[in-house]
Amino acid sequence: MADAGTLTSATALEDADRRKAWGFVAPALLWAAAFFVVPFAFMAAMSLWKREGRELVRVWNFDNYARFFSENALFQGLVNSLEITVIVTVISVLLAYPLAWIIAERVPKRLQRMALILAILPFWTSYVVRSYSWLLVLSKNGVINQMFMNIGLISEPLELASTRTATVIGFVHFFVMLLTLTIYSNLIQLSPNYRRAAADLGANAFQTFWHVVLPLTLPGIMTGAFLTFVLCIGDYVTPQILGGNNELVLPQIIMLQLGRRADFPMAAALSIVLMLAVTVAYVACARWLKIERA
Amino acid sequence: MLRKISASVLSWTYLVLVYAFIFLPVAVLVLFSFQDGRLPVPPFNGFSLQWYEAVFADRKLMAALGNSMVVALASSVISVLLGFLAAYALARYKLPGSALQRGLLIAPMTVSYLIIALGLLSVLNALHVPLSLMTVGIGHVVINLPLCFAIIYASMGDHHINIERAARDLGASDFKVMALVTAPMLMPSILAAFFLSVTFSWDEFIIAFLLSRFDVTLPVEIWSMLRSGLNPKTNAIGSLVFLASVAVLFILELSLFGRTKKQ
Repeated sequence: MADAGTLTSATALEDADRRKAWGFVAPALLWAAAFFVVPFAFMAAMSLWKREGRELVRVWNFDNYARFFSENALFQGLVNSLEITVIVTVISVLLAYPLAWIIAERVPKRLQRMALILAILPFWTSYVVRSYSWLLVLSKNGVINQMFMNIGLISEPLELASTRTATVIGFVHFFVMLLTLTIYSNLIQLSPNYRRAAADLGANAFQTFWHVVLPLTLPGIMTGAFLTFVLCIGDYVTPQILGGNNELVLPQIIMLQLGRRADFPMAAALSIVLMLAVTVAYVACARWLKIERA
Repeated sequence: MLRKISASVLSWTYLVLVYAFIFLPVAVLVLFSFQDGRLPVPPFNGFSLQWYEAVFADRKLMAALGNSMVVALASSVISVLLGFLAAYALARYKLPGSALQRGLLIAPMTVSYLIIALGLLSVLNALHVPLSLMTVGIGHVVINLPLCFAIIYASMGDHHINIERAARDLGASDFKVMALVTAPMLMPSILAAFFLSVTFSWDEFIIAFLLSRFDVTLPVEIWSMLRSGLNPKTNAIGSLVFLASVAVLFILELSLFGRTKKQ
């Protein structure tokens, strides 16, 4: 069909196109390389160095990791992080699923969008302020304690703030909103034909839910749960404001290294540990996760 | 029949209870921002606007508000621009290693903000780069670029190719095609990416906290206000940010998304 002349011009055109395309994609790639890949590699390398006095000493060693496993105060941070994150993820899913289901099934169609917007409205409080406002509710002279004391349920104020419970409440509040949104969008994508088919075959409402609706929405739940896990385990603000200085989580311990001690190598090593925890969680739920690559 | 009614009562009770839980802290926050007294906790002493006056009189707080706006807008413009160009190149041209490139562009999404901030901070320290709003903005582009790229890339359907080809056949240069044909076609997703970026940057704390020095953003300034404990002034600034966000959301819902629905 084509003679040699048009072939060369076609490849020449392709070459020109390719150069142009590289030009378009280069700024984004360079940004990601310079401000994400390089810092990350630097941090990984730094986790194998150590600090002496205020100086960074570039001797390669695994001391930071060894210290992490041997020093209880450090290792306990990971344990606390994992415990809190698992508790938060489970409670949030259990609270959000029924809510999403009620909005999708019980609320009239024309009101559903409104109901959903309402359910996530407090999302728009600033992130730091959201934890602070739970402090108003939970603190010693806060709303809950005063209410309980007024109705005579308790005589002494309860220590609600600066506890693990407060951290969990703050987290659950945020993630219930997030998960309601993801699970709802999953539920309404479900074709009613599946349920009709199950009903035709004689399944009752519970059987239909358990054998049809729940398995079909499981990928959505797992995606939301994984997102919850990642955001929760990496958060510093909520545990710092609500949990206080009791039962520190890993991000709090990382921030402590940066403060007075300026121990960057240790902070870097703990960050790598944090990333590994997320990776393990990813591998564990990878078969349910359908993160679409568009 | 009876079972149906009790199931429905149960559903609505559950709905109301969870909504109460979701709204409780916000309601308390806003209510006690009007507290006529020094503590934002019960009893409510009466209605006063003194804490809002205090907020507007606070120079540092107002400066932080301005800084936040500058950082949010600038970092979002850069994120959308770089994300759009990369999405265009990867969707319209066959480049070697494009899967790897996409992976690299998306990768920061999977890493917690604290780790991104820490990595940047270590490198900036090693290179003796002073911390400023600029370094905060650089960090915010790192977290928003993946988002913008993913949103815009996902909306670049193949059905747009022929329209772009037609424009090129009529003599339009690449930049003209992009600016006058592709970008307008993708406007809904470009705007969505932009507003999402603004929201994320506006509300981001840990990167802004670790990568700033003297000029700080609003979340960092609010953070330092928390050190003085419970204070109705914190309620007032928190309520203001909340109400402003809801207002913006409402306007967007009515104008932007209302329009795309009709199309």
